[in-house]
Amino acid sequence: MNGVHDMGGMDGFGTVPVEANEPLFHARWESRTFALMRALGFTGAWSIDEFRYVTEGLPPHVYLSSSYYERWVLTLELLVLKYGLASKEELESLTANDRAVEVKRVLKPDSVKSLIPRPNYERDPQAPAVFSVGDLVRTKNIHPVGATRLPRYTRGKVGRVERIQGCHAFPDTVVSRDDEDPQWLYTVTFDGRELWGPDADPTSKISIEAFEPYLEPEGTHGGAS
Amino acid sequence: MADHDHDDDHQHDHDHHHHHGEGHASELSEMQIRVRALETILAQKGYVDPAALDEIVETYEKRIGPHIGAKLVARAWVDEDFKKELLKDVAIASERIGLTEIGSHVIALENKPSVHHVVVCTLCSCYPWAVLGLPPTWYKSYAYRSRVVKEPRKVLADFGTTLPDTTEIRVWDSTAETRFIVIPQRPVGTEGWSEERLASIVSRDAMVGVTVLQPVIQEA
Repeated sequence: MNGVHDMGGMDGFGTVPVEANEPLFHARWESRTFALMRALGFTGAWSIDEFRYVTEGLPPHVYLSSSYYERWVLTLELLVLKYGLASKEELESLTANDRAVEVKRVLKPDSVKSLIPRPNYERDPQAPAVFSVGDLVRTKNIHPVGATRLPRYTRGKVGRVERIQGCHAFPDTVVSRDDEDPQWLYTVTFDGRELWGPDADPTSKISIEAFEPYLEPEGTHGGAS
Repeated sequence: MADHDHDDDHQHDHDHHHHHGEGHASELSEMQIRVRALETILAQKGYVDPAALDEIVETYEKRIGPHIGAKLVARAWVDEDFKKELLKDVAIASERIGLTEIGSHVIALENKPSVHHVVVCTLCSCYPWAVLGLPPTWYKSYAYRSRVVKEPRKVLADFGTTLPDTTEIRVWDSTAETRFIVIPQRPVGTEGWSEERLASIVSRDAMVGVTVLQPVIQEA
């Protein structure tokens, strides 16, 4: 969706706020929120892709006026209600009813270490990769209302395939129809001027990790350097 | 409530830190109430185990952090073969030095005089937790996410970083299930240092690519 989360290239946010000797968490509720997110993710009640999509769907004014962990709280509340892990009444009254739904598993302290390594979303390919390293490609000019990992600032642009990153669960269909529909993933690199016009820093190059359905072949007359 | 009594056994130093800037007390207490409600109900219903939540927080506060990435960088500086392996596959190279919790698709990028890598996630705030721990607030800020893909040199200047005009700036937007760690250039003045001492000067920000490591002035 074309949400406010997709902020690459926006102006007006000022200088980057750097806090010296920043603590890992600024308040206890932040650390509990982080832990709840990981523990609830472990239950399998929802995917990481849906978690991101629900955050992206927060109203723009709410998204922008909330901190990172505040957005996580809002997202967790929405997902907990959606999947029936708790009701609004329970959260307000602090009185739990019996469980209405079961989950695949519950995280115990001795399983926490299994959450540390990055999970692997690589899957068996359904077809050979269409593109090769060095190919010129053009990102599609698409504006799906569902989940997508193709940022707006890179749509309809010509870039070059720099790496092939394997075949992975496709977040777009994981969210829209609970289907991993694995797709090849490529690092696609754009010249700064292709994205931002002739005034862009000529020494800058920007890459995204693009799933194959986001890309189409570009002829040998493409604009990328 | 029983599930919170458990927490009283633990010292949480970060309880005593307070929000700077936009947060103020009423917002904080609203969040405290909402998070407590979630934890209380979900624990009562058996969907989460508060002891596991404690363990998660403790793991990221004490065990997982940028010292892991720093160890990889220091080894790469002193061992060319290791560096090649790291650039090929971070997880496999890491196992060679006893770091077995990296997982899939963490990718190392080597800074050189000719090219400087910098990492962002414009869509959310994807970050290589397994090698750098949890991201600082600036990495998650709207200013960083919006600007670094468009005006990377100006963003680097916010961090006091100036690169030669001839250096290519390569920005990596972590839009999918790959994560990136930058291998900074080894600073001059560190010749002959032990790996451990080298690791001590490898900063988190340099491994995201927003700073470069400064030359070390040797004491006479």
